[in-house]
Amino acid sequence: MIAKHNKERAAKGALSLALLIAGSISAFIFFFLLYFSLPILSSGLIGEFLTRGWDPDRGVLGILPMIVGTVYIAGLAVIWVTPIGIGLAAFIQLFAPKPLGRILRWTVEFMTGIPTVVYGFAALFFLVPAMRRIFNYGTGLSVLTASVMLALLVLPTVTLIAQDGLATVPSNQVLAAFSLGASRMETFLHVVLPGAWRGLISAVVLGVGRAVGDTLIALMLAGNAVALPDSLLDSARTLTAHIALVSAADYESLSFKAIFVCGLVLFIFAGSNIVFLRLVEKLKK
Amino acid sequence: MKLLSHRVLLAFFWLTGFLTLASVGSLLIFLFVKGVPSLSLQLIFGGADPFRALLLRERVFDGLFPAIVGTTAVVVLSVSWAIPVGIAAGIYLAEFSGQNLKKIFNFSFDILAATPSIVIGLFGLTVAIFLHQHFSDRIYPCLLTSSVALAVLVLPYIVRTTQLSIDAVPHSMRAAGLSLGASKLQNLYHVLLPSSLSGILSGVILALGRAAEDTAVIMLTGVVATAGIPGSLLAKYEALPFYIYYISSQYTDQKELMTGFGAALILLTICASLFVAAHLLKNLLVHRLRKK
Repeated sequence: MIAKHNKERAAKGALSLALLIAGSISAFIFFFLLYFSLPILSSGLIGEFLTRGWDPDRGVLGILPMIVGTVYIAGLAVIWVTPIGIGLAAFIQLFAPKPLGRILRWTVEFMTGIPTVVYGFAALFFLVPAMRRIFNYGTGLSVLTASVMLALLVLPTVTLIAQDGLATVPSNQVLAAFSLGASRMETFLHVVLPGAWRGLISAVVLGVGRAVGDTLIALMLAGNAVALPDSLLDSARTLTAHIALVSAADYESLSFKAIFVCGLVLFIFAGSNIVFLRLVEKLKK
Repeated sequence: MKLLSHRVLLAFFWLTGFLTLASVGSLLIFLFVKGVPSLSLQLIFGGADPFRALLLRERVFDGLFPAIVGTTAVVVLSVSWAIPVGIAAGIYLAEFSGQNLKKIFNFSFDILAATPSIVIGLFGLTVAIFLHQHFSDRIYPCLLTSSVALAVLVLPYIVRTTQLSIDAVPHSMRAAGLSLGASKLQNLYHVLLPSSLSGILSGVILALGRAAEDTAVIMLTGVVATAGIPGSLLAKYEALPFYIYYISSQYTDQKELMTGFGAALILLTICASLFVAAHLLKNLLVHRLRKK
């Protein structure tokens, strides 16, 4: 009996140790980013750092172009994907003929399994030349090209979560609306949509997080110029691509330390998205 | 009586469906048309003899074999680190933890899942630099650091699916074991785990796919364009996703470009098969639970 008791306690101890290790990783990442950003954060130059351009040869280290590049590329991707993703979710959930809806749902789920680098590679030889020809400008590597592909990458996230949100509206409410003579579209607009707004917000917020956090699409398709883009057809660099492009020849250099601030900005953004979603969930109750 | 605005909206919904099928379809067709002609034994083994290469007797210089081996090694290693920790953490959260603890840890895992993979790669790189400076000169970004960083990347998926699969076991089954005098641990081992196994396994397979496709983490933590078959955990290695990225920016001739298409097609096939396998398993679980 005592042996059994000990075994139980040992097993529970091992499980809780695993939980402690796994659960503290995100806090650990936060503190490590903070620690390595300290030289820049504590130098009193953080304001300049966030508002200046990037030119290490002249000693100018600012990440403004990368912040602007991220906002442009991810923001534009979200503008494309929000109506399309939510529209597709509504189509699958309510309007598509059953077999077509099933095929679409399966396709969208399958898209989550397509490697990001494969999206980027295919776009590089398919979309980029097309963009170059259509706009007859530059190399085709641009904010616009990257944002279109990024929208495709984020589409499954938005669609699947939005559809789950639409599905949470109780079916008796939907049926009640039908029985009152409401058309499908009226039911969607006046019953399903108002009942599912939290799910739709989650879908968009997670889509934003996914778009901001992705590296490969922007790295491969946006051209990575460090100047501020003047138009959507210009090249730009995101925060994630900037981290990826670091040539870590000198780990002590200030330009290497600068990428930790990029990492910290990305991490804090991801964290605040999650906090925001928690707050939205709380509103439910 | 249908409003015009309703008709326009409905047309837009149809358009989203069409757009999705058309873009995914054209992407896949493009890859197949470009990639299939390059598929051959030579694509994988280059000029080397396939059998001798498989036995590691002959080094492959101009084929994908080292990248395939590297990807397999880093994925299997990373999931082997993540499985014990992730499943154990998931079990504890599902069965032993109080509500408050559950909330705190789930919040932490949500944040980890939302952390961009390049940030996790940066984390791995810094750990490698730290170890190099403070423990041993022999440690550089390598297979080991990559696999640990990838394990961090997939950990939240494994924790989540484990927790959800155990939570999904019907209350009646859970209570039956306990009422027969089983301890919590016995109930876990003999009732809960067997009935949630396919769900947990589908999570593990999704994690395999996620680790296999990721490029951002490994490009900072040890992958290189040419390394051959890694000889130890501390060696540099090649990987399919990084090779695809590398070729896309560095190709010098048509032949290299075609190798890139071949690699993209192989990686796509690997990830798609893992994805389908995970879904079949998940459906199996759903069906079994419905029957009960």
